[in-house]
Amino acid sequence: MRRPWRWLVPLAALPVLALLAYGFRLNPRDIPSPLVGRPAAPFALTSFDGAPVELAALRGKVVVVNFWASWCYPACYEEAPVLERGWQAYRDRGVVVLGIDIQDKDEAGRKFIADFGLTFPNAPDRGGRVSVDYGVYGVPETFFIDRDGHVRVKHVGAVTEPAFRDAVERLLAAGPGAVR
Amino acid sequence: MAAAAVRAGLPVLLAVLLSATAATAQQPSRPVDDQQAYEIAAELRCVVCQNLSVADSPSEMASQMRAIVRERLAAGESPAQVRQYFVERYGQWILLSPPRRGFNLLVWLAPLVAVVVGLGVVALLVRRWTARRRPTPPPVDAAMKERIRRELESEP
Repeated sequence: MRRPWRWLVPLAALPVLALLAYGFRLNPRDIPSPLVGRPAAPFALTSFDGAPVELAALRGKVVVVNFWASWCYPACYEEAPVLERGWQAYRDRGVVVLGIDIQDKDEAGRKFIADFGLTFPNAPDRGGRVSVDYGVYGVPETFFIDRDGHVRVKHVGAVTEPAFRDAVERLLAAGPGAVR
Repeated sequence: MAAAAVRAGLPVLLAVLLSATAATAQQPSRPVDDQQAYEIAAELRCVVCQNLSVADSPSEMASQMRAIVRERLAAGESPAQVRQYFVERYGQWILLSPPRRGFNLLVWLAPLVAVVVGLGVVALLVRRWTARRRPTPPPVDAAMKERIRRELESEP
C-alpha cells in the first residue's frame, strides 16, 4: 500500500539538518566583537614605570592596544617581539603601542617586559575593568584604534608581522577625520 | 523562606571574597543587594570557561566581573543596565540564555514544536498499530453457521 505522506518525514528532517549543518560549522569560541566600528572605551592606567597611560591623550594617533599576560604561553611570547618591532618601526609615524597586562602578578608582568626588552608603555589592569570594557575574553587580544578613537580591527590570538603592518598601514592611510 | 536563606549563603561568600577588591576600587554609594548581584552574575557567561556562569566560576576573570557587577549596582544602575553593559561589550554571547526575540526564538520554540510533532506521530502510530491488531473475523457462510450450531448442540 502506498502512503502519499511517506516522503513528508524525510522532508521534515531537512530544515533540522540544515540548522545543525549551520550550527556545527560555527566556532563556539569565535566571538564577534560588537566593539569594532565603535568609539574605543577610554581608560587611564598607570604603567609599570609609574607613567600615566591614557587613551584620551592619544587622540590623533593610531593606537594599538594589546592585552597580554605573562602566563599566556606561547601566543603572548610569540607576539611580544612583533609588537616591539612594530612600535620601533612606526612610532615616528604617529602610531602608539600600549600593552595592558591582565589577570597577572605585577612581578611576573615586569619580568615578561624585561625579558623581551619591551620599550612601549605597559600597564597592569588590576581590577580587570579595562579588559571587560574591551570585551576581552582571553589573551592575547589586540585592538587597532584609528585617529578618531574608533576601534577598527580586533585581532584575537598572537599578532603576526603582516597583520600588524596591514592594520596599522590601513589606519594611517585613512588619515584624520576619515570615516569608513 | 528557608530556600532563600540557603541561597543567600553563596552571595555572602562572594561578598567576602570580593570585599577586598571592592574596597580598593570605590566606595559604594548605594548598598548592593547580594541576591541581586548573584542573579546578574548567574546570567552572565564566564568568558574564560566552558559553560559556566560568572557566579559559578572560580576564575580570576569571573571574580573581576562579579566585582564590576557589584560596582555598577552600587553606582545606582539597574540590573538591566548592568546586563546591557556586558552585552554591549561581549554581544549577546555573554548571556547564558538568549533573549526571546528574533532568530533566538527558534531556540525556545523548536523544542515545543518537536514535542507537539512527536506526540502527533506517536498518536498516529498508536492508532495504526491498534487498528492492525484487531483481527477481522473470517467470513462465515451458511454451511459454517450450520456446522457451528450442530457442534454446539452436540456438546454434552
